[in-house]
Amino acid sequence: MSVFDRFRPRSTAVVARERLQILLSHERVAGGQSDLIALLREEILLAVAKHVLIERDKIHVSMERGESVSSLEINIEIPHSPDMPMAAGF
Amino acid sequence: MAKVIVVTSGKGGVGKTTTTAALGAALAQTGQKVAVVDFDVGLRNLDLVMGAERRVVFDIVNVIQGVAKLSQALIRDKRLETLWLLPASQTRDKDSLTENGVASVIREMRGKFDWVICDSPAGIERGATLAMRYADAAVVVTNPEISSVRDSDRIIGLLDSKTEKAERGQRIEKSILITRFDPQRATRGEMLNIDDVINILSTPLLGIVPESEEVLHASNVGCPVTLNNPTCAPARAYYDAAARLRGEDVPMNIPSDRKGLLDKLFGRRAA
Repeated sequence: MSVFDRFRPRSTAVVARERLQILLSHERVAGGQSDLIALLREEILLAVAKHVLIERDKIHVSMERGESVSSLEINIEIPHSPDMPMAAGF
Repeated sequence: MAKVIVVTSGKGGVGKTTTTAALGAALAQTGQKVAVVDFDVGLRNLDLVMGAERRVVFDIVNVIQGVAKLSQALIRDKRLETLWLLPASQTRDKDSLTENGVASVIREMRGKFDWVICDSPAGIERGATLAMRYADAAVVVTNPEISSVRDSDRIIGLLDSKTEKAERGQRIEKSILITRFDPQRATRGEMLNIDDVINILSTPLLGIVPESEEVLHASNVGCPVTLNNPTCAPARAYYDAAARLRGEDVPMNIPSDRKGLLDKLFGRRAA
């Protein structure tokens, strides 16, 4: 174990503290009210489903919760079907 | 077809989540497809130890309730492309895990992965019994300390009676993983030694993971200890345990990080 290892616990502890602060700030909000990200996801999907037939497996949702900014990425495969240009619901 | 393993213990704080992440990563490094599944509904933590806490969108309860497909809920590890996480839900109550729901999720995962590793919650309630319910094998995480050994004994009893395999009259494979082992303290007689634990539980040994600050470093940064510092003592112990799970014959020893003169003389004698 080198002398420098003495400094390691402090640095990983700082990482741990920052990760927890970000996580808990999101979870405390979610605990009180409905999860904003989940709400946005469902409403966006419903809006898209009004106009095109989308399959649940063809939707890819990912997100990244950040300290000041979070991102929600919704990737929807929209089929080009000549029979069914538009349909409602899932 | 995947082999389904439950990491369980009865007692809390013995290292189930650390073990799930470390073994999952070690197995995935061989190129096999691995999913680690958090069964601790309401108190999830595997996402945090895996460093995926900011990327959780759907969870196992969403999949059981049909809100999301399994493929949508699985989070791919950023470091290993053959490693996936299925998180537990944080807000829902633990009764939202149903037996049929868990059965169908595990069935689907068996077809998609080589290994499915279920991180059980502490205790012997619903979450713990459902985590073990469909397992082929169990890793019982035990600290060399009386209350942990007693709880492990209780869990071994449940594995032999309450799992699907047991109810069919088959044997569920069980092994003990001793964690937080301190060779010096065992030598001084302050800690139960390995032979005592194995004899009392009459269950084979999967590995011995020494107590190490490296485990804390790894969880601080959200990385399985086997990836965070692959050469440290606990990581080597987990790699050996993973090799044994794959059926390799690896000699049992207690890895050590200590390199001081006194430790060289006395440190390795403790086995």
